[in-house]
Amino acid sequence: MVERRPALTVLSHLVVVLGALVVAFPVYVTFIASTHTSEHIVQHVPMSLAPGGHMLETYKVALFGGETSYGSKVAPVGRMLWISFVSAMAISLGKIAISLLSAFAFVYFRFPGRDLCFWMVFITLMLPVEVRIYPTYQVVSDLGMINTYAGLTVPLIASATATFLFRQFFLTVPDELVEAARIDGAGPMRFFRDVLVPLSKTSVAALFVIQFIYGWNQYLWPLLVTTDESMYPVVMGIKRMISGGDAANEWNVTMATAILAMLPPALVVLVMQKWFVKGLLETEK
Amino acid sequence: MAVEKRVRFRSWWLPWVLIAPQMAIILAFFFWPAGQALYQSVLMQDAFGTSTEFVGLDNFRRLWNDETYLASFQTTAVFSLLVAFCGLSIALVLAVMADRVIKGAMVYKTLLIWPYAVAPAVAGVLWLFMFAPSVGIVSYGLRQIGLEWNHLVDGRHAMALIVMAAVWKQISYNFLFFLAGLQSIPKSLIEAAAIDGATPWRRFWTIVFPLLSPTTFFLLVINIVYSFFDTFAIVDAATHGGPGKETAILVYKLYYDGFKALDLGGSAAQSVVLMSVVIALTVVQFRYVEKKVQY
Repeated sequence: MVERRPALTVLSHLVVVLGALVVAFPVYVTFIASTHTSEHIVQHVPMSLAPGGHMLETYKVALFGGETSYGSKVAPVGRMLWISFVSAMAISLGKIAISLLSAFAFVYFRFPGRDLCFWMVFITLMLPVEVRIYPTYQVVSDLGMINTYAGLTVPLIASATATFLFRQFFLTVPDELVEAARIDGAGPMRFFRDVLVPLSKTSVAALFVIQFIYGWNQYLWPLLVTTDESMYPVVMGIKRMISGGDAANEWNVTMATAILAMLPPALVVLVMQKWFVKGLLETEK
Repeated sequence: MAVEKRVRFRSWWLPWVLIAPQMAIILAFFFWPAGQALYQSVLMQDAFGTSTEFVGLDNFRRLWNDETYLASFQTTAVFSLLVAFCGLSIALVLAVMADRVIKGAMVYKTLLIWPYAVAPAVAGVLWLFMFAPSVGIVSYGLRQIGLEWNHLVDGRHAMALIVMAAVWKQISYNFLFFLAGLQSIPKSLIEAAAIDGATPWRRFWTIVFPLLSPTTFFLLVINIVYSFFDTFAIVDAATHGGPGKETAILVYKLYYDGFKALDLGGSAAQSVVLMSVVIALTVVQFRYVEKKVQY
């Protein structure tokens, strides 16, 4: 701090605390709603902001499915969480794996068409799913990948940002390491596995956090390639729960599902905070 | 590709094997569909999908004359400017304040970064619940102060709702970049100005804010890209593009026309238009924002 201005310091704390509270408020409301019954939410407007006593039963219904107090059937969220988890893991690890391999090829080899391939990877930045919705769906459907894990994940694991990040990092790795490896008689793959990959650990961790969240939070893509309820990821499942309109929605179960859907990626961010910040600032998306 | 390694491995087949997975995915799921979109944008298919004919730029002309499309452009522009402006200003205030307090800066960081992890669709549902006209807790509060909130009938309310949800989700990202930018400003500059008697307010506008402008510009581009392309789920969850088409941003309309209304030629033409938007934004980002932040 440059100078002493107690009033300003107090004000600073106040503003940030207020900001943090406002940011947290929606999640607090969500959590509270998940501990009430849906009758309470609909009939006592505004609902009480103190936790209700129905937390366990709400989460049980949400996780395992079953009948709600209104008698409507709820699809089990447990299954959806599993789908989300598998997809997020496959997407993040897949992106990391194929990006490590291609960055290795781009940096440590010279081959015809290398620059062309590199530019092709770059151009994918300009072709997000959102601008090629229908034709991409067509490809996936022609390949018979609708309602499969492959359909949910494979088209998303190409990654320009990860490739660039690893390329950038490999360029800083001292050449002496290659020479040393050569003298020891190690081939390229041996060098890749025993030297390059271990050196990239931090970058891998940083990318993992970012890409896990990316994979977990996919919405438009699963909307296109899944038609069967048993293959819905949780982010998509939750949106289907609010189709009933204000008063008819099972708000408590929906909100419990929202909490369950937020928990895994939020935990990943908080537990791996250091790498998350690094990954965010370095990949700049 | 300016930077090159001095030492390389030699193999005529290994590099191909290494890039094969990436290339296969890129070709099958990026270039082929993008090519298809270009191709379909000059074709017209009849209602039953039995025949197609080449129509040149007719689909684009149709778009240009389609009032709902122009309205959607306007909606997207308003939406992205609001998201960028609100998101950046709130995050900047929070970052400046958090940067001032050395004690607790880490804690504040933790408290503010987690919304990044929340899925846009979930964010949409959260905000929808708080503002639901009959049961929402905030809409109740607004009613108490005389504002009859109903985003199901009022387009401005619906727009405000998706802007709030989108800004909320993006605050962490903006905050982290602003904080990193602020921490990279040399303390000596600030100290010198303080010795010269400049107040914190004045120091902010004459030193900190100008030095932060690369970060701000970078974030502006990122936020516009974000509100163009990553907010589909927020719109779909919170408003369905309604009431009417008042919050139907371009990506939402593209999805709707292609998937629900099955207007392939029209939606392909929209894809092509959006592609040029992304290309323009990407070029801006790489051309002008190359070295945005020094850490």
